[in-house]
Amino acid sequence: MNYLELLRLISPEAVIVITALALLGLQFITPRARDFCFPKAALGIVAAILCVKFVLPANATLCGGMIVITPLTSLFKIIILLLAFFTVLLARDNSFTRHPCEYLAIILFATVGLMLLVGSQELLMIFIGLELTGLSLYILTAFNKSDILAVEAGLKYFLFGSTASAFTLFGISLIYGMCGSTGLEEISHRFSTESAQPLLIAGVVMTLAGFAFKIAAAPFHLWAADTYQVAPIPSAAFIASGSKVASFFVLGNILLVGFRSADGAMWQRFDPAWFPLVAIVAALSIIVGNVVALAQRNLRRLLAYSAVAHAGYTLLGLLATGAEGFAATLFYTTIYAFTLVGAFGVIALVRRETGGDDIANFTGLVKRSPLLAACMGIFLLSLAGLPPFAGFFGKFYLFTAILHSGESHAGRFLVTIALAGSLVSLYYYLSVLRVIFVDQSPEEAKTPAIQMDAIQRITLAILGLAIVILGIFPDLLAALITNALG
Amino acid sequence: MITLLILVTLTGAVAVSVAPRGMARLLALIFNAATLLLALGLWRGFDPMTGGLQMIDRHEWIPAIGAQYLLGVDGLSLLLVLLTSLVFPFAFLAQKADRTFCSLMLIMQASLYGTFTTQNFVLWFLFYEMSLIPAFLLIKIWGGANRDRAAMKFFVYTFLGSVGMLLSFLVIYRSSGTFDFAKLAQTNVQGRLMDVLGNSTLGFLAVWLVFAGIFVGLAVKIPLFPFHTWQPDAYSEAPTGVSMVMSGVLSKMGVYGFIRLLLPLFPHQFHVLGPWLLTLAVCSIVFSSLAAWAQTDLKRMVAYLSITHLGYCMLAIFAIDPVGSNAHVDDTAALSGVFIQLVSHGITAALLFYYIGLMEERRGKRGIADFGGLMQCAPLFCGWMGLALFSFLGLPGLNGFIGEFLIFKGSFGLAPVAGTVAVIGLLVTAIVLLRAIQALFSGPVAKSCEGFHELTMRENWIVLPFSLLVLWTGIAPGFLFHVINITVVQMAYYGADALQFMTAQFPR
Amino acid sequence: MIAWTIYLTFLGAIAALLLPRAYARCVALGTTVAGCLLAVSAFFEAGDFGTLHTIVRVPWIVPLGIEYHLAADGISLTMVLLTGIVAVSAVLFSWNVRERENEFFFWLLLVVGGSYGVFLSADLFLFLLFYELVIVPKYFLIATWGSTNKAYAAMKLTLYSFLGGALVLIAFVATYVAGGSFDLHVLSQVHFMPQFQAWVFPVMFLGFSVLAGMWPLHTWAPTGHVAAPTAGSMLLAGIVMKLGAYGVLRIAMNLFPEGFQMWRYPIALLAVMGIVYAAAVALRQRDLKFVIGYSSVSHMGFVLLGLATAQALGVAGAVLQMFSHGIIAGLLFAVVGRMIYPRTHTRFLDELAGMNLSRAIPFAACVFAVASAASMGIPGFSGFVAEITILLGAWRDYPLLVIITGAGMVLTAAFTLRAFSLAFLGGKAESTPLKCDPITPAEKWGAALLIVATLAAGLYPKPLFDHIMPAVLSMHWLKP
Repeated sequence: MNYLELLRLISPEAVIVITALALLGLQFITPRARDFCFPKAALGIVAAILCVKFVLPANATLCGGMIVITPLTSLFKIIILLLAFFTVLLARDNSFTRHPCEYLAIILFATVGLMLLVGSQELLMIFIGLELTGLSLYILTAFNKSDILAVEAGLKYFLFGSTASAFTLFGISLIYGMCGSTGLEEISHRFSTESAQPLLIAGVVMTLAGFAFKIAAAPFHLWAADTYQVAPIPSAAFIASGSKVASFFVLGNILLVGFRSADGAMWQRFDPAWFPLVAIVAALSIIVGNVVALAQRNLRRLLAYSAVAHAGYTLLGLLATGAEGFAATLFYTTIYAFTLVGAFGVIALVRRETGGDDIANFTGLVKRSPLLAACMGIFLLSLAGLPPFAGFFGKFYLFTAILHSGESHAGRFLVTIALAGSLVSLYYYLSVLRVIFVDQSPEEAKTPAIQMDAIQRITLAILGLAIVILGIFPDLLAALITNALG
Repeated sequence: MITLLILVTLTGAVAVSVAPRGMARLLALIFNAATLLLALGLWRGFDPMTGGLQMIDRHEWIPAIGAQYLLGVDGLSLLLVLLTSLVFPFAFLAQKADRTFCSLMLIMQASLYGTFTTQNFVLWFLFYEMSLIPAFLLIKIWGGANRDRAAMKFFVYTFLGSVGMLLSFLVIYRSSGTFDFAKLAQTNVQGRLMDVLGNSTLGFLAVWLVFAGIFVGLAVKIPLFPFHTWQPDAYSEAPTGVSMVMSGVLSKMGVYGFIRLLLPLFPHQFHVLGPWLLTLAVCSIVFSSLAAWAQTDLKRMVAYLSITHLGYCMLAIFAIDPVGSNAHVDDTAALSGVFIQLVSHGITAALLFYYIGLMEERRGKRGIADFGGLMQCAPLFCGWMGLALFSFLGLPGLNGFIGEFLIFKGSFGLAPVAGTVAVIGLLVTAIVLLRAIQALFSGPVAKSCEGFHELTMRENWIVLPFSLLVLWTGIAPGFLFHVINITVVQMAYYGADALQFMTAQFPR
Repeated sequence: MIAWTIYLTFLGAIAALLLPRAYARCVALGTTVAGCLLAVSAFFEAGDFGTLHTIVRVPWIVPLGIEYHLAADGISLTMVLLTGIVAVSAVLFSWNVRERENEFFFWLLLVVGGSYGVFLSADLFLFLLFYELVIVPKYFLIATWGSTNKAYAAMKLTLYSFLGGALVLIAFVATYVAGGSFDLHVLSQVHFMPQFQAWVFPVMFLGFSVLAGMWPLHTWAPTGHVAAPTAGSMLLAGIVMKLGAYGVLRIAMNLFPEGFQMWRYPIALLAVMGIVYAAAVALRQRDLKFVIGYSSVSHMGFVLLGLATAQALGVAGAVLQMFSHGIIAGLLFAVVGRMIYPRTHTRFLDELAGMNLSRAIPFAACVFAVASAASMGIPGFSGFVAEITILLGAWRDYPLLVIITGAGMVLTAAFTLRAFSLAFLGGKAESTPLKCDPITPAEKWGAALLIVATLAAGLYPKPLFDHIMPAVLSMHWLKP
């Protein structure tokens, strides 16, 4: 293994890192850096995508699973890079900071962390990726130094996150202690040969707790509401999308590769020592997320609680286990991520025009900007799980996966809870949509159209169309994922 | 031919509804003239020497549920069709009528033609129900002071009855597989209908329930005590033309239904229930005539007397015991009496309501006490009306007599007790009508009647043909008997054994 | 060819949304007329109506083995015809909508397109997609252009529909898991375990029957129908309620005959409860539209009774009643919503009674008289044939229920007549009639279309029977 090979294997991450450093340097070189940094960042991301597509080999493993390249990881690296791309586009409206280049650089660092997360099957590397992402996201949350709420949210996020990381690290070390290795493959061998010892179970539980924090599953979700509501919008968007996708991917990796059972076959069914735990977390997330979302007056906070609920739905796919379940999970979290990015894009524009992002600020949006109203409608209805949007098939796929798996009793119970949760969520999504489409704003005269430039229009339109197209032809994404899973 | 008759009437209904306003009644009368000609054509084409149905019109309609488009006439149907064709123009001439009125009346006319000629239950039910809404609307829109209640009562009673009938026939269909009257009669002839019904879910209870359903449905229409309470309200609140039609023709649907539907299918039930049914008929006759005595409103009086007259028909029908007795001569008499009574009552009742309508028009009210001494100011009117009243009474030489005489001749032979008690009805009717004649016509002219003028030329011409018919039918009813003879004889002589008059000339 | 009804309607919906305001209603009319013509031509084409013929079948979502599979038999063709007719008249009766027409016709056409899709689907996922597609347009139609209590009614209706859809989803996925495929053809060959059927059938049935307005899950229907704008009510009562019943017939009863046998007595009982209860409640209503809303529930009870008979005649009658009631409900709501309400600004019967409407808008009085007659089951109109067929089918197994239904029919006559009398014939003849705008040509055409349809079906139902009976008879698990 020479360094050229190594470089080749980590070329996408390298490209992003170089772009980030270049951005950091740029702000010292020229005072007009603000104008250049966005195209540069975007270019860097595109270059990284191209690297993933053309430079990376189809399959490779390095250092006992530290860096793993498979069609699946490549696919998800592309997805994460796309999400970062959209986040960068969102960040063009950067009135909240005087240092946009730094901001972008930190976004890119977070992206690197996510890509490392996705591309690894070794616990230490995963931890590194987790920490890189986490620290970057804490900073991104608190980036707007003049907004005290944002700083508070950032601090909360940091404290929670650090505790969770500590748990994770402790859990990892317990597992290492019991299994003698940090590579997921070896761990799985140990799992299959040894019986479940209390320390091992403790290790598993603690690791899972850390990840549950990351995906904002109840009861580890308390940071989400504040962060989503007051962080600068691009940060919130990135946390909601990119971080979620990667976290689910890694969680799936750990649960389905690492903690799998005697059969030893890839993605197959296994001894579900952790099953009841995750099931309870999923059910709790769905219930808590949906019920608390009912009471929200601020759209971003509502999206935060709905994110908790969606984390619950997505966990159903992992509970299903097996290739079908994992595919369902990945499908759902991907479309969810793009939906949220789009939703935050709409919120950003409305916030700019009306000065706030409470639900009341969206009154009569359909008159001020039909495009924004339509896009928001598409996103919210997709979240509710209604056809012809991608969310419908996503939920259907998840439910099919879990009912198709062996755990039919628990599966039925969970699906019922999930459907009940969807019913509740339909209520609050429709309430928001009613405000957007039906209600009239009191000052009828003053409803000027919302100004958007071409890039914003095109981006939102593309995202909306993507959700609709993925709803009608979900195979476009689902087949990709299933084929990559092999 | 019959289809043509119905179609012409329905076309008339549509044409009248879009005609220019003033032309409505004229147009209706033209269509009625056409139907009268067609009916006469039917009469000419009718061969009174052969039994069975004639002029059969038959097409497939809804094979899945056994509904067939099947029309045909025999003596009884022909008579009733002719009656309809006569009474309706009379009704049109009796009052002013706008487009909607004419249109609704023509729809009713079509439904009557249909009811009297169909031979398949689904089609029969269609025509039967077709008359309900027009009648309801006619009473409701053009009626008197109390019309809302009267119309609603009429509709709900009749609809209830028809739902009962519908359910009964559904059961019959389920058990026997056909809605065809002829086929059902034949099934019964071979003794199978009772067995078939008895095999259904409710067993023999089914037979009685089915019988009760159809019985109630038809009894409401006639009306028969105790299902008659809707009738006085409806007849008196309805406008003149509608009362004429309702009492003249609509009520005959019920009696016709008994003869055509119930008697051939359930002879055993008639046999078993004979005494009770006779009691009902007698009650109908006696109570309604007594009630008529108590009325002060002329229209209500005639309404109650209508019940009495139709009660006579029912008496005769119930007296015929298809299973038990062998008194065929009496049966013949009774049946002939029923048929003639139907026709004569139709014409006479129509005439009477017309006259009352005229009186109400001139005076503004129609109580018996509101008039007096009309003979002095309008002698011609009193003459014509007297003719009608006496015919209603049953004076020999006028058409009312023939029917009643034959009915009582038959009934005395078949059910002497009932017949005897029913004579009370005759007596009370006579008293009521004579009292009316005396109160209205004789004596000094009442102050309120000074403005009462004679019949106009036009009214004279309207009344003439019908009064002549009353006379002619009373004096020389042979032409009527000529038409119905074979039918009556076949019904009476074959009775429950084989209603071959239905099956004789029936092409398969 | 008939699949183009779906595609055309969706294209029309997008066109209506994007084109300038003036064109929206023309586009809508053009689309619905085209769809109706396609439906009519497919209906009258000769063919074998007994078997479910595949129209399109392509693999769609490979990981789950879902196919885009459209198929039709006689029953589907009948329901597509119904959709076509009601859609055209709904657009005609919405001709005067002046507020946000683009969106209005967009949502309307989405409902129509979704309904076409449901009636033609032969794959469970596709069926569910179209079934749930209809939910959101309903919400917006009611919440934006509705009247009485629209926000509450819209939400209630939508949540109930979604609940029904959720139950159906569970049942569908369970069926897939047990049967191995989402395709109707494949699944109808599978024999499911009786214990499985014992719980899957009621879940699926409950899910569908929410939309079909079965007592006691019907409470969304009167509120929703009253609040909806005219076209909304026409589509809701005319077509959308039939989606549920169709689902029961095509999927639940077809795939789980033993489960159906286990549960059909309770279903028949609930159906008759619905007929009688709704009729009794309608008798007490003060708002004319509520009367009609409850009458819809009552008539759908007939459909469910027909399905519960498990006999060819009864089921054929149920399909016929679906067709008949779709048209009649459309007519009734059209008169109340479009002819009466915009002119009188009230729907309360006691207020209408004083307005002498039979003089003011005689055309509306005529049409409502016809519609009332049809609703009561007077022969000559389609309702009679349907009801008589259902009762024929029901007699053998449920004689007592048939008698109770007879009472229900009398109640129906009573409330319909009451509504008609109070609305049009109340008040004195001399009182001045309300000064009203004349009836527009669009209203006349719409009413004419529906009246002709119900008369044709009532006087000459043979074409309908020719389509429905073979399809019903080919359901081998029914007793003839």
